[in-house]
Amino acid sequence: MKAAHSDLITTKTPQHLKEIVADILERAQRSGATAAEVSASTSQNLSVAVRMGDIDTLEHGRDQGLCLTVYLGNRTGTAEASGFAPADIAKLVTEAINIAKYTGEDSYAGLADATDMAVEIPDLQLYHPWTIDTADAIELVGECEAIARAEPLIVNSEGAQLSTTQSTYCYGNTHNFNAAYQGTRHSISCSVVAGRNGAMQRDMWFDNRRNAQHLQSIEVIGRLAAQRAIQRLDASKVHSCKVPVLFTPETAISLIGHFTSAISGGALYKGTSFLPDTLNTRVFPEFVQLVEQPRQPGGLYSAPFDDEGVATRDQVIVANGVVKNYILDSYAARRLAMQTTANGGGLRNVTVDGGHQSFEGLVKEMNKGLVVTELIGMGVNQITGDYSRGASGFWVENGKIDHPVEEITIADNLRKMYANIVALGNDTDERHNIRCGSILIGEMAISGI
Amino acid sequence: MEQALDIAKQDLLAPAEIDEHHLQKVLSSLMVPGVDQAELYFQHGRREAWSLEDGIVKEGDFSLDRGVGVRAVSGEKTGFAYANEIVMPSLTAASQTVRYIARSGNVGALQSWKSDNIQKLYGSDDPLASMQAQDKTDLLYTIDAQARQADPRIKQVIASLLASYDVVLVVSSDGTWAADIRPLVRLNVAVVVADKDKRESGYAGAGGRFSYPELLATHKPEVIVGEAVRLALLNLEAVAAPAGEMVVVLGPGWPGVLLHEAIGHGLEGDFCRKGTSAFSNRIGERVATTEVTVVDDGTLSGRRGSLNIDDEGTATQCTTLIEKGILKTYMQDKTNARLMNTKPTGNGRRQSYAHLPMPRMTNTYMLNGQHSADEIIGSVDKGIYAVNFGGGQVDITSGKFVFSASEAYRIENGRVGAPLKGISLIGHGPDILTKVTMVGNDTKLDDGVGSCGKHGQLVPVGVGQPTLRVDGMTVGGTDI
Repeated sequence: MKAAHSDLITTKTPQHLKEIVADILERAQRSGATAAEVSASTSQNLSVAVRMGDIDTLEHGRDQGLCLTVYLGNRTGTAEASGFAPADIAKLVTEAINIAKYTGEDSYAGLADATDMAVEIPDLQLYHPWTIDTADAIELVGECEAIARAEPLIVNSEGAQLSTTQSTYCYGNTHNFNAAYQGTRHSISCSVVAGRNGAMQRDMWFDNRRNAQHLQSIEVIGRLAAQRAIQRLDASKVHSCKVPVLFTPETAISLIGHFTSAISGGALYKGTSFLPDTLNTRVFPEFVQLVEQPRQPGGLYSAPFDDEGVATRDQVIVANGVVKNYILDSYAARRLAMQTTANGGGLRNVTVDGGHQSFEGLVKEMNKGLVVTELIGMGVNQITGDYSRGASGFWVENGKIDHPVEEITIADNLRKMYANIVALGNDTDERHNIRCGSILIGEMAISGI
Repeated sequence: MEQALDIAKQDLLAPAEIDEHHLQKVLSSLMVPGVDQAELYFQHGRREAWSLEDGIVKEGDFSLDRGVGVRAVSGEKTGFAYANEIVMPSLTAASQTVRYIARSGNVGALQSWKSDNIQKLYGSDDPLASMQAQDKTDLLYTIDAQARQADPRIKQVIASLLASYDVVLVVSSDGTWAADIRPLVRLNVAVVVADKDKRESGYAGAGGRFSYPELLATHKPEVIVGEAVRLALLNLEAVAAPAGEMVVVLGPGWPGVLLHEAIGHGLEGDFCRKGTSAFSNRIGERVATTEVTVVDDGTLSGRRGSLNIDDEGTATQCTTLIEKGILKTYMQDKTNARLMNTKPTGNGRRQSYAHLPMPRMTNTYMLNGQHSADEIIGSVDKGIYAVNFGGGQVDITSGKFVFSASEAYRIENGRVGAPLKGISLIGHGPDILTKVTMVGNDTKLDDGVGSCGKHGQLVPVGVGQPTLRVDGMTVGGTDI
């Protein structure tokens, strides 16, 4: 990235970060910490946006971050800084120690067990810098937007954008663990407005990958953005009713996200989960499988170790509809008298398996009902599972998509919705941390007119 | 103002030995042919959060964030770079990126700097230092005890105390040389209750631009605790909500999130300039009933959404967006105002130096009408009364918006009835205010806990309104 990625300021290498982390750990211990952990990261980003055929924004950012947690016995203190200047590092240590003097005794506080630390740090092939020049990047997204705008009924644009980020992450703690790795993430997105008879609809499409060569083509991204906006035109409301609801992959991932939040340690021990005590019990129908593959080579969310240095490993979250593992970091694990599942910092690369039908097949199976392509608003009560969200999508009659609908809500309870999954699609969306296909739910309440 | 500028220079520039001459040089280097405006935004933020759960103050977190954002605007093009090192090499490197956007045009002139006397809507003391650490944790333990004593069904108390202190300096080629010192505090209380096999939660909080002692003086912690407990227990009694289009009465204060979502975002200058808002090209048109007047007011003393100056150095103001039902003005930052041939309205805001400014709301609220709340509720045969909300979202282009009620009741024959489970309400922004048939005389603002997200940037905002009767919104219940 010649023009924009000038290197006047030294970019920190993994080795640099490990040295900084080691230095901070040593200072923390000298200041009285009985244990400590530090994460350090640097990243640089280039993003270009083109709107209506011309450059809209060219942006270049550099981020640095440090986060130190110290333990004074069972007391915890955390401090963060956005720079590696000596004065900032000194302040980081002082503030963290000072805070730990005032927090309460918590017998569950502390680092993950030394025996759980990752011993080998495999190269997960996460680092693939994109050597695209600024001018070429502008040309590429310009073409992407032009492809979208060339479609009929596209009347306006919010532009197309390319973003490329390189980052280095390092984590160390006083179990003598100190490791770093590098990663890249590149994305292209396009957002356009379709219009007819004075009404407008906007929609977008994007892709993001560790390796730019794996990105969907600008033709696919531009056309999908346009088609999605066009398909929404002339949407109407529907009469309130109870019908089957088919969530497309972009909306289905949120349903799985509510599930993974509910079986995460924090929600479980705080008593704020709508799925308490579900380990080894059935939540989904038998055909639903959920696995985590945190070491998938080149995976968008892959990591060799979690946020506590614990070696990541493949695990089954749901087998044949039954919850097999909670999602735990070491704190939640101790609090629940269990073992960490190497999920400090959350899940990494979750796949929902069990879908054999195509999207069209599912529409046909539904026969009459609602396809949800977009959800808006909050409206999910994580403690009861009560669910009520704004939706838009398509009405299905006689096994075929009939017309677009909007300004409606869908409501039910998540627990019931999970049990009521009728089928999963094989149209898996690979772009997110949770990868799943369409989800067909037997029945939900639709509110309209 | 002099004081703020002195503090800012001392805090942001002095450590890097940067002076006005250096800044002038960087700005001059940015004013290449075609550049309309160049700007440097320096920020030093300090934040802390203390949190309690399980009866223990488990965590305290302090964070330090310092950096500079460099921006040049050429017509509709923006070049932007940021770094979290305030040193000359990072400024120079950033300016090289930023100049890329302009290749031709007239050479813009660097205006001589002037700093206007500006309003002082809040104090300039560091709120993190306004209370001893021991007193902060003691307060959280007191809150825990108060909540647990309030009812035996309380199973969990999650409370947090947060403060931030930002020093910002804006230097621009248009002559802006302005600083602001921004304190912000907040107290959150959430409780979990359980009764037999039912579990529920309730949340209450308060905050604003002042110190911790001022927060506790104006918003008694026991009142906040009482409110969280009341909501949690009420939720235990909640019944399934109805589905369909019906009359909705919205309570005063926080339900103003309706205005924020349905109207506010659609009146932000960037969407209107690009023609992607459902309100584009509608100035002068009727968008609401004559009882409706809506303002965006960044000048309210101590309010969470208030600012002495926006993030481009423009003084905030009280902007009338809708007057007696007629759309009057959009909210503008400098770039969109220039491109639309109008004036900035003090709404140019950014999450931090690492983000580009854009038109954003401050405190957005509806002025009083003439009806009492009782009169409005009494006028409804069948509908719902929604008084507390979680949050909302809008699709600017189609105008569809959603907001989620966390406290709502049935209304039957003019009387408030059973509490309802959480529900989303959905409507169409451009015509929702034409369905407002009664406006209350009890307008108030929220308690200072709102944040607004746009293009991935979060900024603190305020909302407010009087009691409103809306004739027809879709209510997202399960009871059909």
